[in-house]
Amino acid sequence: MNQFAIFFTLFFFTISSFAQVTISGKVKDGRGRPLIGAAISLKDSYDGAIADSLGNFSFVTTEKGSFLLTITNVGYKGFEKTIVLDKLPIVIEAELKEQLDELKAVTVMAGAFAAGDNKRAATVLSSMDVLTVGGANADITSAVKTLPGAQQIGEQEGLFVRGGAGYETKQFIDGTLVNNAFFSSTPDIASRGRFSPLLFKGTVFSTGGYSALYGQALSSALILESIDLPEKTAVNASISPIILGAGFQELAKDKKSSFGFNYTYVNLSTYFNIVKQRPDYFKIPVFHNADANLRFKTKGGGIIKYYTTFTYSDLGLRRPDIDSLSLKDAFALHNLNWYNNLSWRENLGKGWKMNLGLSYSTNKDDISQQLQNADNVQQFIADYPYNTKNFTLGSRQDLSQIRAVFEKKLFGISTVRFGSEYWYAVNTSTYNSGTPIQLKDNYQAVFAETDIFITNALAAKVGGRFEHSSIINKLNLAPRLSLAYKVGKGAQVSAAYGEFYQKPENTQLFFTTNLGYTKATHYIVNYQRTVTDRIFRIEAFYKEYNDLVKSIPINNGLFNYNNNGFGYAKGIELFWRDKKSIKNFDYWISYSYLDTKRDYLNFPNELTPNFAAKHTASFVMKRFFVDIKTGFNLTYNYATGRPYYNFQYNNNSGKYTVADKGQTKDYHNLGFSMNYVPSIGKTNAKTFWVLVASVTNVLGSNQVYGYNYSYNGLIKEAVTPPAKRFYFIGVFLSWGVDRTQDAINNNL
Amino acid sequence: MKKLLLSAAIFCTIAVQAQSDKFAGAMEKTLTQLGAAKTTAELKAVSAAFERIGEAEKTQWLPYYYAGLALTNLGWMDQSIDKDANGDKVKELCDKAEAIEPNSEISTLRNMAATQQMMVDPQSRWQTYGMEAGAALEKGIKLDPTNPRLYYLQGMSVFNTPEQFGGGKEKAKPLFAKAVELFKAAQVKPLYPSWGQKQAEDMLAQCN
Repeated sequence: MNQFAIFFTLFFFTISSFAQVTISGKVKDGRGRPLIGAAISLKDSYDGAIADSLGNFSFVTTEKGSFLLTITNVGYKGFEKTIVLDKLPIVIEAELKEQLDELKAVTVMAGAFAAGDNKRAATVLSSMDVLTVGGANADITSAVKTLPGAQQIGEQEGLFVRGGAGYETKQFIDGTLVNNAFFSSTPDIASRGRFSPLLFKGTVFSTGGYSALYGQALSSALILESIDLPEKTAVNASISPIILGAGFQELAKDKKSSFGFNYTYVNLSTYFNIVKQRPDYFKIPVFHNADANLRFKTKGGGIIKYYTTFTYSDLGLRRPDIDSLSLKDAFALHNLNWYNNLSWRENLGKGWKMNLGLSYSTNKDDISQQLQNADNVQQFIADYPYNTKNFTLGSRQDLSQIRAVFEKKLFGISTVRFGSEYWYAVNTSTYNSGTPIQLKDNYQAVFAETDIFITNALAAKVGGRFEHSSIINKLNLAPRLSLAYKVGKGAQVSAAYGEFYQKPENTQLFFTTNLGYTKATHYIVNYQRTVTDRIFRIEAFYKEYNDLVKSIPINNGLFNYNNNGFGYAKGIELFWRDKKSIKNFDYWISYSYLDTKRDYLNFPNELTPNFAAKHTASFVMKRFFVDIKTGFNLTYNYATGRPYYNFQYNNNSGKYTVADKGQTKDYHNLGFSMNYVPSIGKTNAKTFWVLVASVTNVLGSNQVYGYNYSYNGLIKEAVTPPAKRFYFIGVFLSWGVDRTQDAINNNL
Repeated sequence: MKKLLLSAAIFCTIAVQAQSDKFAGAMEKTLTQLGAAKTTAELKAVSAAFERIGEAEKTQWLPYYYAGLALTNLGWMDQSIDKDANGDKVKELCDKAEAIEPNSEISTLRNMAATQQMMVDPQSRWQTYGMEAGAALEKGIKLDPTNPRLYYLQGMSVFNTPEQFGGGKEKAKPLFAKAVELFKAAQVKPLYPSWGQKQAEDMLAQCN
């Protein structure tokens, strides 16, 4: 090689670099729309461009030879083509296929209100929201009652959803059924849920059409997902005239495990001295509540969680007896409840996930009912109905469950889930210290469902559930189907269909086990639009009830039962939430229209049940004033009057007839709460405390839930809350070490 | 033979030099474009150009860094873009840059990307994205405690946090002062990041 050769080579390179090739073209998506901003590049060179607002691009290159041209755009599969650069301009027409993406894909949500911190779900209520719904007193059920679909029922516990009775809604924690989700209650007074909202990171309130993973709830499912590890180690205390509580939560230094213990003591004597109650409480309600938890992360990135809670409660109250002028009914209740939940969530690799659940609960209620005279001395009267007013009833419910669900990622982001569960339930009832009657049920279910994403905009959830209950010895197969279609940015239309079965209640099974499942069929369509901090939703539904349990009177006080009941429910619901329009102000509005009738139990014909109001609305407002470190929350619940009936048994026809009926006055409840958080923002504060004050029914409206009738039907008495208002004031303290805060402060 | 080897060596050196000049030239040209970019389209184009250089070079972290910086500039400027998609893209570029050389400049990008994602909904997102942004700065300080941009960004975070939540001018001031002091002492290598001095000085002035 000589100098000439080198010169020649360099000269040649220089010459060649002046020869340019133009590459231009257009980038579109599968529907022919331009992909603005798609990046076009010539691999291993610096040359390229991005697509303009029409999807067009053009650039020149001095490269020569064979190159790979790549086109990429977020959310789409890449486009690649080998091109040979010579002298001629090159034109590329590229069509990019959409990439299925879990975050972008539509979520199947007809019938369900997802709440919690799940990034994917259209978050409606977080646990902080539950704590700050004015007048809800940190009760999950009360907060959920501000969502559409739920009735404003105050005389019994439970969620009454879309024409369904309270027992037709079931609660599930980490997949397993909760048998006694509410504190045992006295007649005509609703009690709170047993579980604090702070235990849960996510709540799904399904008003119908829910997943095949859950069963035995005719109307609705409240699906609760417990928190994983706590954020910090903390000691906490609550002090109020009603509640005294203390607890601690220890988070290991490696943040891989935690454990905690809490104890709460509730005594209403001070409160009842200040705020007079309508019933005469001869035993002031007292609750002892202890809970413990243990959670740890597994090597495979899963988590094992154990939670247990134990409650002891005692109360007794006296009310005038409706069938006489001077007698009284004295009701006493003694309750023991122990709940255990063990769950294991694990990633098995290769796209497999596993969820195991074990649960055991036992609940013991000892009820004593006495007929008493003016001096509170027990009276025995041989005539009906007085002879039914002295009794004791002991009942115990044990439920053991095991459940396994496996999940496997299929093609794209489609997923299949399947599993099985087994419940062993023992219910024992002892009336007047007679021979205990025991019911045992072995319930088994297998279920499967699949989420199929046809595109990011179209998804289907198809599932089914196969169940067997030994006590009635019947099988059922419940299909479930839902579809979701994205119609615009943040907007989607969903539809759901499903069949739902539920065993008859124990009170009925004690008389006869010759019964079948009750059944409901749900049809739901829904439109939802979510943009940052705003949600609008409208949903319409139709439900058909079949095989509801009917009671057939044999003679006074005794019944036989069959599955000849039926009914329907239909309605339309609206929801709007806006956290954006006014700074630091958050509000939501719910409206439900319900048209429902059913012929069940002792109904003489198809009637609107006494737990169904035609129109229900809620308006929730929250505002936090940073200057005074105080939040104010107002909630207004409204419902039109509910029907009430007096059914009288006609001995001649052997049937019940409607002897009297009416409609209660409209229901109004304005709830208020405020929370003062003085330690907010004090990053070095060792003590964090919150002062909470709240009151229900601020305006003092007379709330009537329904009417009780005397045996002969001549006297009727309004069912009202035990007191017009409920007041609460308390201080919640927490001494914690927030390790993340520490880390930040160390750098300052 | 000796002569031939020498020629070959010279030729190779020229080629390498040319390649390296080509890189420096392309970087300088695109940096000028970055400085001049005013619109969303321009910033996206500049980012894509840097990314192409990164993809072609394979051993240089700076192109990826600037591709990310262009997008964080876009994130501050254009409130209509999808902050999550933009932030995720920045973090993807950070991953590529860090695979070549982890350093504190990349931490500044991670901080800004997470901060922009937090700003979408500060009340519900500060616990996740706020923490992520803070953690990025901590990591950066571990890698290079003399990088002034880290303290400037820390200052911005404190400055924009309401006093009631532990932020405010008073607390931000020492951070901006530290940033300005380090900026004065810093020696900027060619093509390396140098932004932030004026911003830090302006912010320090606002704290007085």
